[in-house]
Amino acid sequence: MDAAAAGRTLGRRLPSAARAFGARRPPLVLLGLGLAVGLAAALPALYLVVAVLDDGRAALDAVLSDRTVGLITRSLGLAVAVTAAAIAIAVPLAWLTVRSDLPGRRVWATLLTLPLVIPSYIGAYLFVSALGPRGALASLLGVERLPSIYGFTGAFLVLTLFTYPLVLIPLRGALQRMDPALEEAARVMGRSPREVFRSVVLPQLAPAIGGGGVLVALYVLSDFGAVSIMRFNSFTRDIYIAYESGFGRTEAAALGMVLVIVMLVLFAIYARVRAARALHRATPGTQRPAQPVRLGRWRWPALAFCGAVAAIALVLPVGVLAYWATKQVSSGLELGALATNSWHSLLAAAAAALAASVGAIVVALLSVRYPSVVTRIVERVGYAGYALPGIVVALALVFFTTRVALPLYQTLAVLVFALAIHYLPLAVSPIGASLVQVPPRLEEAARGLGRSPLAVLRTITTPLVASGVLGGAALVFLHALKELPATLLLAPIGFETLATDVWHQTSFGFYEASAIPALLLLLIAAPPLYLLSAKGSVAS
Amino acid sequence: MLIRRRRGSYAAFAALLAGLAACGGSSEDDRTLTMYSGRIAPILSPAVKQYEDASGFDVQTRYGDSPQLASTITEEGKNSPADLFFAQDAGSLNAVEKQGLLLELPADILAKVPERFRSAGGRWVGTTGRSRVIAYGAKVNRSDLPDSPLELTDEKWKGRVGWAPRNASMQGYVTALRLVEGEDVARKWLEGMVANDTQAYDSNIPIRDAIAKGELDLGLINHYYVAEAQAEDPDYPVKVHFPPNDLGSLVNTAGVAVLASTDNKEQALKFVRQMLSDEAQRYFADSSKEYPLVTGVQAPKELTPLSEIPAPDIDLAKLGDLQGTVKLMRETGAL
Repeated sequence: MDAAAAGRTLGRRLPSAARAFGARRPPLVLLGLGLAVGLAAALPALYLVVAVLDDGRAALDAVLSDRTVGLITRSLGLAVAVTAAAIAIAVPLAWLTVRSDLPGRRVWATLLTLPLVIPSYIGAYLFVSALGPRGALASLLGVERLPSIYGFTGAFLVLTLFTYPLVLIPLRGALQRMDPALEEAARVMGRSPREVFRSVVLPQLAPAIGGGGVLVALYVLSDFGAVSIMRFNSFTRDIYIAYESGFGRTEAAALGMVLVIVMLVLFAIYARVRAARALHRATPGTQRPAQPVRLGRWRWPALAFCGAVAAIALVLPVGVLAYWATKQVSSGLELGALATNSWHSLLAAAAAALAASVGAIVVALLSVRYPSVVTRIVERVGYAGYALPGIVVALALVFFTTRVALPLYQTLAVLVFALAIHYLPLAVSPIGASLVQVPPRLEEAARGLGRSPLAVLRTITTPLVASGVLGGAALVFLHALKELPATLLLAPIGFETLATDVWHQTSFGFYEASAIPALLLLLIAAPPLYLLSAKGSVAS
Repeated sequence: MLIRRRRGSYAAFAALLAGLAACGGSSEDDRTLTMYSGRIAPILSPAVKQYEDASGFDVQTRYGDSPQLASTITEEGKNSPADLFFAQDAGSLNAVEKQGLLLELPADILAKVPERFRSAGGRWVGTTGRSRVIAYGAKVNRSDLPDSPLELTDEKWKGRVGWAPRNASMQGYVTALRLVEGEDVARKWLEGMVANDTQAYDSNIPIRDAIAKGELDLGLINHYYVAEAQAEDPDYPVKVHFPPNDLGSLVNTAGVAVLASTDNKEQALKFVRQMLSDEAQRYFADSSKEYPLVTGVQAPKELTPLSEIPAPDIDLAKLGDLQGTVKLMRETGAL
């Protein structure tokens, strides 16, 4: 990508804006809030430091072993492969569902985002049942056994299919916010459609692709469910082994620190991608919605592609679940418990989404509008919670709450707090991506007219980044819905959610009984996803 | 339009806060015990109910993975809200005992269970036993079955066997092997298993299911996983073999402990006594097909009697040397 060309096309490059703003300090309120969010998000990492200091020598041994190097290489390999595949799937899907005249694109957008809600351990189990050596496909084809999908292949397949929406969601948001005037200008100047895509469209999408890609990579690094069932020996699996073997928390914590460092490196790469470009609109005035591109004959291959992805990532798993559910229905249902658990899931996930979005607005605002060393640290620390396996986040909160805020221990408030800091980056990423598309000049003007910084935030910035905020909140909501370790350890006793219900059933092999709560998870997730894609048509 | 939308979001926010407040405050009263349980609710809750009915006390149970709950108790330290810890395996109980967080149990409780099924320090007691067995599928002839797990490194089983190196019972088995047969035998066996393309799973149930589907022929698992499936379906295509030689079919235990930080010691001990009562022991035997550990209670009749299982006399408390086992399993590539 030619950054200079992109800069020319976009009218003005960010560094000049950054310089103008970088000189100015962020408002104290904002900075204070940012530090508070940063500290909260840093708790899991702080806990690792405490645990490592227990026995520095053992920690160092654990980190420096050949095994650690080998495992981190394997995990990174998987993360890179899954991220590349997820982007390759998400980019065409995003373009088709936002910019083309694909029939039923809002419905497609919803359907194609739903796989995100399938917990990876359920998804992996479903794939083994369907595509395993002696699975349903084998009997359908009438063969004795299929080649094994265990190991890298299976983990890659399952994680790609259940994480590509992490790129799709921010990418759709970025496409919706993109000013078609830029493309049209480039077209008028005689660029070919391909050149326009490369020099105008792609640079504007880079933050969303990069942000989503980082989330996919971190998800893969911290996933336990899929790699466990697919029998792929990953780094996070080793952390779980360390916790389970009475090996003591020191080694587990040391390994967790390695994950944090990997995360910081990944994030530094992403930050470079994002900082290199100016992304807000060149012209004042109301943005027009883009004209949908007519697909013409290409409509059929496009539909086939969307259909194929939906079939494998959604219809297949949901089909198996529905089949199990029908068997389960005949043997009786506990409707009351299902209703309570659904309400609990909804409550915890919605509260976590709300809390995370508020925190994320603060973090994104600081890092995009007032870039400095401090704000950069706050943003990066925020990602630590997401890079770490859920069990580490959960134990960190056990550790701190029992020492500092015992009366709050195992109340819903602490669970929501844990979920919010765990998934904070999921909200920061799309909000940040939408914020870089808002021209700072608007905010400057409002400030110049005498509005306070908070009033500007409330009346100018927030409405303009609303789609980013909604997208971020939805991502947190969807993840919090299926979260397991923190919910098991931190929820008030007896506070069962759909995810813990699924876990209770599957941990004893009652896979059929887990189908109904798993389907309910999808049902709860569908409306927010539909609303999100409805915003997509952006006729407003 | 904008205003109305904002009002809507305020209302949603208020509803959320109300919901949070409603669920946040759980009232603690004196007639409540708090338990962390690595055993699942369907198995445990009827036994808990027996206690609740007898004592008039209410037991609040947090369910989770035994090792993760052990880690939780360790992090909570003296501030743990738990009075009781019910674990799936001796390893988790030993780990918490090592932290000095468990109460010493009175002699009358300890005396109910044979010495090898309780902690040497007297701080936890086994409730039920489970045997490490070789599960086998329909394609395997009974006469071909190995007499010892040590034979599974034989060429003829190459790629046909499943095991769960991450599983606490499996690690307990390796620890026992180290104790009884020595470090060298254990190392050689692990290396042999890895070289023989033994299929690694993360837990027992997927192994059982893989045998049922015909993906595997044999599997090293706990006996009751098969017993349970057979109880649901008499024609279940997986059977159990108790290998008679060497370490044979080692018996491991699920167990219960009282936390030293409990403020309800008497009732917590009463709960432990209830779990060792004939009533509860019979219930566990009937429902989850495990071995009752209290002398005088009959084992499920479809199981080989505990006394006939060729299990070596191993002190389960010594199975606490998990670190050495995990180290060995990592060095040999088993983990």
